[in-house]
Amino acid sequence: MSSLALPRSTPSPAAAPGVRTVYRWELAKLRRQKRTYLGLGASIIVPILFTLAIHFRHHHGHGDFAFSSYLNRSGLAVPLVILLFGAVWMFPLITALVAGDIFASEDHNGTLKTILTRSLERWQIFAGKALAAVTYAVAAILLDGTVAVIAGCVQSGFNSLQSLSGTIVSAPKALELVYVSLLVYLIPILTILAIGLMLSSVTRNSTAAVVGTLMISLLFQLIGILPGMGGTQPYLLSTQFNAWQGLLRTPIDWSPIIRAAWVCAMYGVPALVAAYVVFLRRDVAGG
Amino acid sequence: MNDQRRDPPPVEVRGLVKRYGELIAVDRVDLTVCAGDVYGYLGPNGAGKTTSLRMMLGLIRPSEGSVRLFGRDPVLSVRALDGVAGFVEAPTFYPYLSARRNLELLAAFDGGGARERIDSALETVELSDRQADRVGGFSHGMRQRLGIAAALLRQPRLLLLDEPTTGLDPGGMRDMRVLVRRLAGQGITIVLSSHLLAEVEELCNRVAIIQRGRIVYEGEIAELKRAAGLTYRLSTTDDARALAVCRAQPGIADVRCGETITFTADAAAVAELSRALVEAGALIRALAPQGATLEDLFFSLTEGRADGEAVPPEPAPELEAVP
Repeated sequence: MSSLALPRSTPSPAAAPGVRTVYRWELAKLRRQKRTYLGLGASIIVPILFTLAIHFRHHHGHGDFAFSSYLNRSGLAVPLVILLFGAVWMFPLITALVAGDIFASEDHNGTLKTILTRSLERWQIFAGKALAAVTYAVAAILLDGTVAVIAGCVQSGFNSLQSLSGTIVSAPKALELVYVSLLVYLIPILTILAIGLMLSSVTRNSTAAVVGTLMISLLFQLIGILPGMGGTQPYLLSTQFNAWQGLLRTPIDWSPIIRAAWVCAMYGVPALVAAYVVFLRRDVAGG
Repeated sequence: MNDQRRDPPPVEVRGLVKRYGELIAVDRVDLTVCAGDVYGYLGPNGAGKTTSLRMMLGLIRPSEGSVRLFGRDPVLSVRALDGVAGFVEAPTFYPYLSARRNLELLAAFDGGGARERIDSALETVELSDRQADRVGGFSHGMRQRLGIAAALLRQPRLLLLDEPTTGLDPGGMRDMRVLVRRLAGQGITIVLSSHLLAEVEELCNRVAIIQRGRIVYEGEIAELKRAAGLTYRLSTTDDARALAVCRAQPGIADVRCGETITFTADAAAVAELSRALVEAGALIRALAPQGATLEDLFFSLTEGRADGEAVPPEPAPELEAVP
C-alpha cells in the first residue's frame, strides 16, 4: 500500500440493492459450495442406482408397495416409487443440506457482520437466502424426478401406468401426473426447509442444523409407527409426504393434498417465523 | 463551518449499555466523534471496545442508551450506515470466492456505483494482482487490506476500524497508517480502535479510553497530556529517602519507583521538592522533565501504579476517576 490510489469519489447512478440482489448472490454462492453438489448429485445418482437395482433384480419378484408391480412395465413408476421411499430420509437430508447451512455458514465464516453492515436490511437478506434455499430444494426434486423418468423409461419404457384405483393411465397423462406429484411433494419438502432455516438461524451451527432437521423428520416417522399413535397419523409431517398419491386415484382425491397444505403450514409457518424473528433480532457478537 | 454546526455528528453515543446476563460489557458509554476527527478508541483487551463498535454498526442491540450515526439509529435501519464503513475484529470474507468476487458481492449489496470502485479499491490496497485468488488462501494481512478495500467501496464519510494493523508486519503497519492518514486527509472521519498506543498517538487527534466497559477519558490527546501534568525523572544519592520525600510532598503525584523515580508535578511543586530533598539529605543527581506519552497516560488510567497502589493519576478536572 505504499502507492496510494484512492477510489474516485464520483457518484454513480443509484441502483438500490434488494431481495433480488441477495437471491442472485446466494445462488452464485451455492454454485461454489460442495454441499450443493452433494445434494444435487444425490438427486441424480439415487434414481440411476435405483433403476440399476431394478434391472438386476427383476427376476426376484417385487415388494408390496404402491407401483412396485409396475417398475418393470413402465419407467414412469420409478419416480413415484422414489418419492415413496425418499420421504424417509433422502429428500429431507438433501433439503437440510442447504437449508440448515444457509444462515449458519455465515456464522461459521464470520461473514454475517460483513453483509449486515452494507446497504441491505436484515429482512432482505433473510428473504433472499430463504428464496435461494427454496430454489435449490425445487431444483433437487425436479432434477431427481426428471432423472428418474429418463432412467426408468430407458429401463422399462415409456408405457402407461395403472393408477392406485386400478384404472390405466396413458403414458403422456402419467408423465403429467408424475410432475404434478413432484410439485405436491414440495409441500412437505418446503416445511422441512422451513425447519432447516429455523435451526440454521437458531443454532448458528451448520452440522447441528442439518442433523437436527433430519432428526425432526425421522421423529415424525417414528411417531407414525408407534403403537397407539394412529390417531395422530393424519397430522404428522411424515404423512404429508404421501399426499401426492391422491393424484394417482381416479377420480383425483384432493383431500390428502388439501390436508397436506394446512398441516404443513401448521408446522412450516411457525418455523419460518421463528427463523425470521431470530435472524432479525439476533446480536451478531461473533460472526 | 455553519453546515458542520448544523449537521449531526458522525457518531453520537449516549448512555450506551450492553449486558450479557450479570456481565456488563459496556457501561454507560458516552462518545461524540466530530466530523474530521481521527478518533482513537483505546482500551485493554476485553474492555468493551469491540462490543461498542458492534453496537455502533447495528450488529448488536444496546441494552440501554442510543447510538446515532449522522443522526440516525443503526438499530432501526441499515440506512443509518449510509456513508459509513469499516469492520469489527478481523474483516471476514467468503473463503471459497476470489477477492474480486467477494468485492463484487459486497458492491452489489451496497448498490450505487460501488462496483465501479472495485478496481481502484484493489489498487489502493495493492491486491490487484491477487484479485482472482480465493480469499481462503489469503494471509491475515491480505484480509486486513481487503477489508479496507471493502470499506472504500462505500465511499465512506465515517470509517470504523477495529484494530486495523493487528497481525500486519511492520511494513504493512506503516502502510496502513499511511492509508489512514491519507483517508483522514480527504476529510473522512475515522474511529480507530486499537491497543497500539504509539499508533493512536501518531494518528489521532482525540481519544476515548475505555476500561471495564466504562469511559475513563474522552477528549483531545493534547488536553489529556496537559491535564495529566508534566512527568519528571529524579535520581538522587539516596533514592529510598527521596521516594519517601516525594510521597510526602504536596503537589507531587503519581510517584513511581523503577530505575529512577518518576512523578508528575507542576514547576512550583518541583522547586519545593528540590529544597525538601536537600534538607532530607538526598542530594539530587538528576532531575529532568519529560513529556508524558499516551502510553504513560493510558496505563495510569487503566492500571494500578507500578508499586501496586490502586489506579488513577491525580485527576485533572477533565479526567473521570475510575470508580
